[in-house]
Amino acid sequence: MAFEPKIIGFLCNWCSYTGADLAGVSRIKSAPNVRVIRTMCSGRVDPSFILKAFQIGADGVIVMGCHLGDCHYQEGNYKTIRRIPFLKRLVKGFGIDPRRLRLEWVSASEGDRFARIVNEFTEEIRSLGPLKLQVHTELRKTIHEPVEVV
Amino acid sequence: MAKPKLALYWAASCGGCEIAVLDVQEKILDVANAFDIVFWPVAMDFKYADVRKMEDKSIDLCLFNGSIRNSENAEIAHLLRAKSKALVAFGSCALEGGIPGLANLTTKQEILEFVYRGSPSTVVTDGGVFPQQHTKVPEGEIEIPEMWETVKSLDQVVEVDYYIPGCPPVPNQIWGVIEYILSGKPLPPKGSVIGAGVKTCCDECKRERKEKKLKQFFRPYEIETKPSECLLDQGIVCMGPATRDGCGALCPAANMPCRGCYGLPPNVMDQGAKMVSALSSVIDAHEPAEIERILDQISDPMGTFYRFSLAHSILRRVEKS
Repeated sequence: MAFEPKIIGFLCNWCSYTGADLAGVSRIKSAPNVRVIRTMCSGRVDPSFILKAFQIGADGVIVMGCHLGDCHYQEGNYKTIRRIPFLKRLVKGFGIDPRRLRLEWVSASEGDRFARIVNEFTEEIRSLGPLKLQVHTELRKTIHEPVEVV
Repeated sequence: MAKPKLALYWAASCGGCEIAVLDVQEKILDVANAFDIVFWPVAMDFKYADVRKMEDKSIDLCLFNGSIRNSENAEIAHLLRAKSKALVAFGSCALEGGIPGLANLTTKQEILEFVYRGSPSTVVTDGGVFPQQHTKVPEGEIEIPEMWETVKSLDQVVEVDYYIPGCPPVPNQIWGVIEYILSGKPLPPKGSVIGAGVKTCCDECKRERKEKKLKQFFRPYEIETKPSECLLDQGIVCMGPATRDGCGALCPAANMPCRGCYGLPPNVMDQGAKMVSALSSVIDAHEPAEIERILDQISDPMGTFYRFSLAHSILRRVEKS
């Protein structure tokens, strides 16, 4: 079977999620590869969510938020603009191509832009191929995590 | 009544955890009085064969330090798991891979290449022979354990009952745990982190914190730090915000940034990710070029953020093709 990229998209509630919704109601066709997770703000996306996505099998992760200056929470996306480039360095450190992680700004009125970015990113991940991590196989077998503290 | 049985073992570790146990000082005599020590390779003469002869679940408490790096470590981990009622991952290496876990930044082949051929102090003879698992000698065949590609924490190999973090765990915490067990109080639920706090290192740190706005990072030798102010406020990358408390914030008290040895605070999955999150929030820049310039000053993020926890982080090792 041909490789279909699995992509996780973290979309902010106020702009990008609404933009994705607009793409849908406007019947703009776009690749179905992005699994959307709605977050209240792109600044809410903890770096561990992204690493976790890669751990459990995502080939790519895209974070979308309001354009700079338009954040519903004033400066949540300014945290994101620092966090994603920083996390890219870590992702690269783990031997994962940093192009698998992308940050984009999509406003509520940019349904066409949402569809274009999703198509572009899907094709980019398709050309990069599936992400095969050792953690996907051997290392995930038996893990017993700490539960709580006394 | 027979004394409870205690075992201590070291797998891939430096021996510091063993010293930490002795650092309870004269109270070690109380430990020896209260417990029947049945296995402690570093201090007493027991053989693996002695442990194999024991009945299953006959050891009451096993303090296991060191990560799982080779087939011998794994074999003894499984053996002690079978023989112990309570198996404790003792110290950073057993808990989360520790310093040996940094080997997950590279491969077995690269490590062997460096150690047996490439290092400046190596004198290469016979073309640089790597250790062989099986070697024929006149007396027969000898076997050494197989070195693994990936270093693992104890709980990635066997089930662990309790976790005591630290590199090494500080003596007062070790004594606290032993005292608690000797008191006969009901044991905490399985999987608990014991001998540590429930907050972060910053909560214990005596230094004064202000609102952080960082435009520049320094390595500790590059600046003279003010003794009473938060090291991170002064631009030193300190792991305090992403590290569990319990040690008493010893390193910042000695003018050195927290190295992160007490591991993940509660409800955190990945120390490096949490550090990225924490530092991103306090970097004072809005322009991508400026952000990149500031990030460039953070030297060796992988080695700094995952100094102790790489093997137990979300991605666990670096991918090398």
